[in-house]
Amino acid sequence: MRPETKMLSRAGLIAALALPLASCNMVVMSPSGDIATQQRDLIVISTILMLLIVVPVIFLTLLFAWRYRQTNKTAKYDPEWHHSTRLEVVIWSAPLAIIIALGSITWISTHTLDPYRPLDRISAEQPLAADHKPLTVEVVALDWKWLFIYPELGIASVNELAAPVDTPIRFKITSASVMNSFYIPALAGQIYAMAGMETKLHAVINKPGEYEGFSANYSGAGFSHMRFKFHGLDQAGFDKWVADVKGSGQALDKATYMQLEKPSIKEPVHHYATTDSSLYSAIVDMCVEPGKMCMSEMMAMDKGLICRIPEPTTAAREEKAIRPAT
Amino acid sequence: MTADWTSLLFGKLTLEAIPYHEPILVVTFIGVAIGGLAVLGALTYFRLWGYLWKEWFTSIDHKKIGIMYIVFAIIMLLRGFADALMMRFQQAIAFNGHEGYFPPHHYDQIFTAHGVIMIFFVAMPFVTGLMNFVVPLQIGARDVSFPFLNNFSFWMTVAGGIIVMISLFVGEFAKTGWLAYPPLSDIAYSPDVGVDYYIWGLQVAGIGTLLSGVNLIATILKMRAPGMSMMKMPVFTWTAFCTNILIVASFPVLTAVLALLTLDRYVGTHFFTNTDGGSAMLYVNLIWIWGHPEVYILVLPVFGVFSEVVSTFSAKRLFGYTSMVYATCVITILSYIVWLHHFFTMGSGASVNSFFGITTMIISIPTGAKMFNWLFTMYHGRIRYEVSMLWTIGFMVTFVIGGMTGVLLAVPPADFVLHNSLFLIAHFHNVIIGGVVFGVFAGINFWFPKAFGFRLNAFWGKMSFWFWLIGFYFAFMPLYVLGLMGVTRRMSQFEDPSLQIWFIIAAFGAFLILLGIGSFIIQIGYSIWKRDELRDETGDPWNGRTLEWSTSSPPPAYNFAFTPVVHEVDQWWFMKSNGYRRPLSGFIPIHMPKNTGTGAILGALSVVFGFAMVWHIWWLAIVSFVAIIATTIHHTFNYNRDFYIPADEVAAVEARRTQMLPAE
Repeated sequence: MRPETKMLSRAGLIAALALPLASCNMVVMSPSGDIATQQRDLIVISTILMLLIVVPVIFLTLLFAWRYRQTNKTAKYDPEWHHSTRLEVVIWSAPLAIIIALGSITWISTHTLDPYRPLDRISAEQPLAADHKPLTVEVVALDWKWLFIYPELGIASVNELAAPVDTPIRFKITSASVMNSFYIPALAGQIYAMAGMETKLHAVINKPGEYEGFSANYSGAGFSHMRFKFHGLDQAGFDKWVADVKGSGQALDKATYMQLEKPSIKEPVHHYATTDSSLYSAIVDMCVEPGKMCMSEMMAMDKGLICRIPEPTTAAREEKAIRPAT
Repeated sequence: MTADWTSLLFGKLTLEAIPYHEPILVVTFIGVAIGGLAVLGALTYFRLWGYLWKEWFTSIDHKKIGIMYIVFAIIMLLRGFADALMMRFQQAIAFNGHEGYFPPHHYDQIFTAHGVIMIFFVAMPFVTGLMNFVVPLQIGARDVSFPFLNNFSFWMTVAGGIIVMISLFVGEFAKTGWLAYPPLSDIAYSPDVGVDYYIWGLQVAGIGTLLSGVNLIATILKMRAPGMSMMKMPVFTWTAFCTNILIVASFPVLTAVLALLTLDRYVGTHFFTNTDGGSAMLYVNLIWIWGHPEVYILVLPVFGVFSEVVSTFSAKRLFGYTSMVYATCVITILSYIVWLHHFFTMGSGASVNSFFGITTMIISIPTGAKMFNWLFTMYHGRIRYEVSMLWTIGFMVTFVIGGMTGVLLAVPPADFVLHNSLFLIAHFHNVIIGGVVFGVFAGINFWFPKAFGFRLNAFWGKMSFWFWLIGFYFAFMPLYVLGLMGVTRRMSQFEDPSLQIWFIIAAFGAFLILLGIGSFIIQIGYSIWKRDELRDETGDPWNGRTLEWSTSSPPPAYNFAFTPVVHEVDQWWFMKSNGYRRPLSGFIPIHMPKNTGTGAILGALSVVFGFAMVWHIWWLAIVSFVAIIATTIHHTFNYNRDFYIPADEVAAVEARRTQMLPAE
């Protein structure tokens, strides 16, 4: 199949599925970022694969229920028939075949769409430029608002996120309190934000626009309003947004952060022109508060105390810290 | 000084803990109080207390305990469903800045209570009740292995339910979601007593569940009638067996994880805290190592129910018995290696996620095989559309949809966009309502005549079925759509007005389900009223296939005058087709266990203990705990535990049955 026809047929398929629901905005089924688009395709393909067996089962259930009703004396009745090796083979192997197909798709797609894996394309049509520069955003879930720090730009914002289109975004995510889940359906799947740990997400937005972002894991009283707008902007628009943030004049230092960290609901958008560059790592290490021992320090001490293992290299330690234990 | 004394006497409990400032709760309380007083008054007026205590509460008869489990589940269903209605109502109106009727601190308790109650105190007692009632009858036993333990297990389950119910009017319930993930459930973020009610309610009920699991495993392994090899056990008994293995292997994990959370909250340890080396993800892993088997604990027994129902009403042997048994065992084992699929989104590596995704999908193979087996049992059958069979067909059509969305959620990248969304909510209600609830109703309609000697009215049963079925689709199909629109769960207010119409449709669906539950209650009431018309004197109203239909309805206390000898899976069918004649003489005395009030007393003490622990009333906790131990030890000195039903009495009971049976 040529790529165009393949795409056309895929579009047709999606349209057929979406038609009865055309009136509502199903963002998961019509996202604007490449990762979310691939995840959508996966939903469609898996569903079709499973319908291969689900539709016949439903059809046969209704057919047998009707055909073998008691009042239908013309249907065959065989009260002792209870075994057929041939049928058993089919019964077990038909679902098995579907699961082998779906399992292979799962193995491949889980690896290619691993949120920790840097992107290898901008979209299906656009490969990654050799000299591309990803944008790093450090995300902190607070009670009950989102803090976004742009370490490369030295700026930060609360409850507002912006990124240029067709630029890979590297999210580093943590929480300062309970568990939340960082989710922008139009952009990519979610990943949890957990205190003392850092999770990662790589994504790209392909269409300019204003998208909804929110916490997808219940986190307490202010949860329903823990939402933000994600602006996908063209490069000029993004530069202007950065300039606006820088123009706000406010600084995000540790003292400001300690104020911000206090629980609040429906927090308005804030911009910070400058940020303390050590803030994010201190949040992950849980030692923003002056005088509090950092987790890394404590763990190093514990290790020394208990078994005197030689200190791991910095690289090894970072590798360990990135993925939360499972 | 006075403050010291009151805190010593009452712990954290103060008058402020009574939510008299919340009109909704006050009205609820008045309603419950009036209803409760009416029931208590009626019981007193009709002098039923003694009867209930002697014949039911202290009974160690597995049949009565099974019935009590189901009555308890029905009562709790009303509470859990009231929560569901409130949620659907809130979400249907909380738009455009309207805050709805429940502020977050109330709404968050409602969804937590709904989940906890529906799983632990509705679904669990329903399936435990069915297993308790049916299994000993199906294997030709006189009772379970440990009849007193059975009574004790029941009262511990009830005690857990009571602890959870007290939170409605004294203090508050957890605001954490039904699995109480830390750090939210830690003392730092949930300083109130809600999580403590959750912990002690579940710990107390968990003891009951675990012990009843031990009991039924022993019963199935040791008390089968002669000739009934494992591969001649009825399929429901097989599923009950696997279920109880799951219970025994998984509930200790729940107990342990809740104990660790208790230490974090009460003693200041750091198992799951954010700080000082705690790991919240440890909790998440542990709770799901229990939690995933738990869903199979619920669904396996109803797979058994459907197997019995479909072959009985198709008047045909179950297709693929052996493959059914193996499918059940495969599901049992696999259910332990899938737990991580509940948190693909917590950052495990791609290989770990794929492993758990694929093991999850593999479960759909035996489940699919079961589906086909039911299908081919209907093939070449003669299907009678009694109410149980309607539930079964409704299940087969509905469950495959839930299974499909479940497998979809097992694909990790798809889960990334659907996790925690209303799509997920729609999925698990699709399998729990479409599977467990439908199965329980099929089972109740199927075995009710065995339990009480008269059938349930078919008209109201059908009303109940259709309201539930249609109500389910109205209530949950919109949630699938909302999930695809990116709407997440546990929201008490919404900003996007375009979502509202879907929530209104879902609320309408919940209203239809309300009519379904109402019809079920009417069905029971009406059937009791018309019981003489619905009377079944044969003991075998459906032309049944397994041993429970060979005895009278209701069965005598001793179940079987003579222990049957088994040759076939469908033993009763085999006996009927080979000209079986009931023995009319040669009865011997039957050894039976005696009733005891110890179980009920231990349950009541456990409620006191749980309440005292929740409110930090240490003296009361110590007193009640010592009393529990003392009562237990005292019971071990009770040597007056058994008696013999004299042969004359057995002969008299059997003679009465002979008169009822049509002359052959």
